[in-house]
Amino acid sequence: MDLYEYQAKELFSKHGVPTGPQRVVANPTDAVAAARILGLPVVIKAQVKVGGRGKAGGVKLARTTDEVTTHAEAILGLDIKGHLVRKVMVTPASDIVREYYFSFLLDRANRTFLALASASGGVDIEENPDTLARIPVDAVEGVDLAKAREIAEAAGLPEAAAPVLVQLWKVFTAEEATLVEVNPLISGSRGEIVALDGKVTLDDNASFRHPGHADLVDTAAEDPLEAAAKAKDLNYVKLDGQVGIIGNGAGLVMSTLDVVAYAGEQHGGVKPANFLDIGGGASADVMANGLEIILSDPDVRSVLVNVFGGITACDAVANGIVQAVKFLGKVDRPLVVRLDGNNAEEGRRILAEAALPGVFQIETMDEAADTAAKLASEDSLAGSSFSTGGV
Amino acid sequence: MAIFINSGSRVIVQGMTGSEGRKHTARMLAAGTTIVGGVTPGKGGQTVQIGQSDIPVYDSVAKAMADTGADTTVIFVPPKFAKGAVVEAIDAEIGLAVVITEGIPVHDSAYFWAHAVAKGNRTRIIGPNCPGVISPGKANAGIIPADITTAGRIGLVSKSGTLTYQLMYELRDIGFSTAVGIGGDPVIGTTHIDALAAFQDDPETELIVMIGEIGGDAEERAAAFVKENVTKPVVGYVAGFTAPEGKTMGHAGAIVSGSAGTAAAKAQALEAAGVKVGKTPSETATLARQLL
Repeated sequence: MDLYEYQAKELFSKHGVPTGPQRVVANPTDAVAAARILGLPVVIKAQVKVGGRGKAGGVKLARTTDEVTTHAEAILGLDIKGHLVRKVMVTPASDIVREYYFSFLLDRANRTFLALASASGGVDIEENPDTLARIPVDAVEGVDLAKAREIAEAAGLPEAAAPVLVQLWKVFTAEEATLVEVNPLISGSRGEIVALDGKVTLDDNASFRHPGHADLVDTAAEDPLEAAAKAKDLNYVKLDGQVGIIGNGAGLVMSTLDVVAYAGEQHGGVKPANFLDIGGGASADVMANGLEIILSDPDVRSVLVNVFGGITACDAVANGIVQAVKFLGKVDRPLVVRLDGNNAEEGRRILAEAALPGVFQIETMDEAADTAAKLASEDSLAGSSFSTGGV
Repeated sequence: MAIFINSGSRVIVQGMTGSEGRKHTARMLAAGTTIVGGVTPGKGGQTVQIGQSDIPVYDSVAKAMADTGADTTVIFVPPKFAKGAVVEAIDAEIGLAVVITEGIPVHDSAYFWAHAVAKGNRTRIIGPNCPGVISPGKANAGIIPADITTAGRIGLVSKSGTLTYQLMYELRDIGFSTAVGIGGDPVIGTTHIDALAAFQDDPETELIVMIGEIGGDAEERAAAFVKENVTKPVVGYVAGFTAPEGKTMGHAGAIVSGSAGTAAAKAQALEAAGVKVGKTPSETATLARQLL
């Protein structure tokens, strides 16, 4: 889970990283009130989970309350790379002597943690990756003051930054983050080190150890279908296509999306509408929940169920589909089912005998994807002129 | 020969007394695996009856190894306790630890990997969040269904369980020397490169199928390795061309971050290294047939 800047900085404060005061508001009136409390001049910063806010006009300096109003009005509601600004942070303008870049992150390739640091921080760091010092951090040994000094020295950060790096390491480990980034980390006129920005990604797998992290989820910004799926423990990602997808196993479902997208190129450009992995079991309950979510997506015109029977045999999966369709009562869009693997023939027989209306069985993944894509495109044509109610 | 496990492997199961552990112990036994014991702290001295076998339970990996000569452990311990279980296996210096558990926090995986390195890498770790490793007809350490394929000449390494099964099934007439599921987590023990190197040295393996997915740069590094070190034919498949940026697709490690970790970049790197890359799983199977 990615956090907003203000949430990241709240975690920073909790672990002793100096950040300076901040207020988060959702309208210009509150922004003015916050600026009066904090003292002018202030900086108004869009709260979105995407980089490049400054260049997109999402960060502005306000010297007067009129400017606070103008800037807050301009920034709230702004669309930054597809992210709608719903909240802004108001924070006192800082006296910056020098800007640095700093982050701790997971280094997948080396299976360890990494400190990235640069003495030339700021908005252009991505364009100057060569200035970054990369210092591996052992997951068992961690970062103590001596290690922090080593990192600071390697990157050309002042020695005063070392204790702050230790606190940032605390944020990284205590909160179980996969990324803690500060850009810029600054030194002020009195030599003080302050985190002026914060970007934190938390490990969702660790949430069982951090009950408080659930409060950091921004439910207002969540896709409603994704939220409904999450409530049912389904592994669902909403996409922008027309073919609903249910499959078992993350790799097979990703592959199914790709094969549907290829097939869609021949059928008016229809695309997968979602990712949904129902896991190994594929029980009737899970199948019914999955179908329900997918069919509540108005963009979905056909559904492809792609299951490979590995541990769970296909006869059990077929029974699951039959029960799920009966449980839902009405499946108003065509359902293409491909079963393969363990007991595939028995599974296909069960589905054939059930003779569920609107359910089509196709033996191979490629042909099933093609059929599902075709049904999605034909429906779109039918809808505009002569509706036949499907197939 | 095969790689990582064979008919001589002596396997223990950490978490055998739990429902998943018990179910899959029975399946591994049915696939011909020599299961010599289980480990559940506090339940040492008990036995678990599975079919005709009474399998002894031990309090620790070290004790199980001393009593049974075990050289492989399969770990079904829940995420909360998985770090401890893997560290225990490393400390006991068992040769192979297959970590099936899904949902292990990445700080825990990074910890046990760093611990394994500090201990001199005496334990090969496969996983976590993986289906395990099977050498059909010889041994099965994990949850890969044994009855969908046969023994044969193909070596397979994959981040994904069900795509492994799919390819094992499509190529069941040719069969497999070993299929290794390395898992879809951001931090894993055995990598594509480790498996490629082992398959290159395995006389029973004539062709290698390599399955990747979005996230990280393991496939790109594997491509460079193939170019330099692998003389056997390699066929590849990459899943996730349609995955949007910034969304985790089922596996914790399957995420495109910015422009990094895309399927297109991976497929391109593999093709540049001389790997034939299929557009779909079935096309990948066809490519493998053509090369054998």
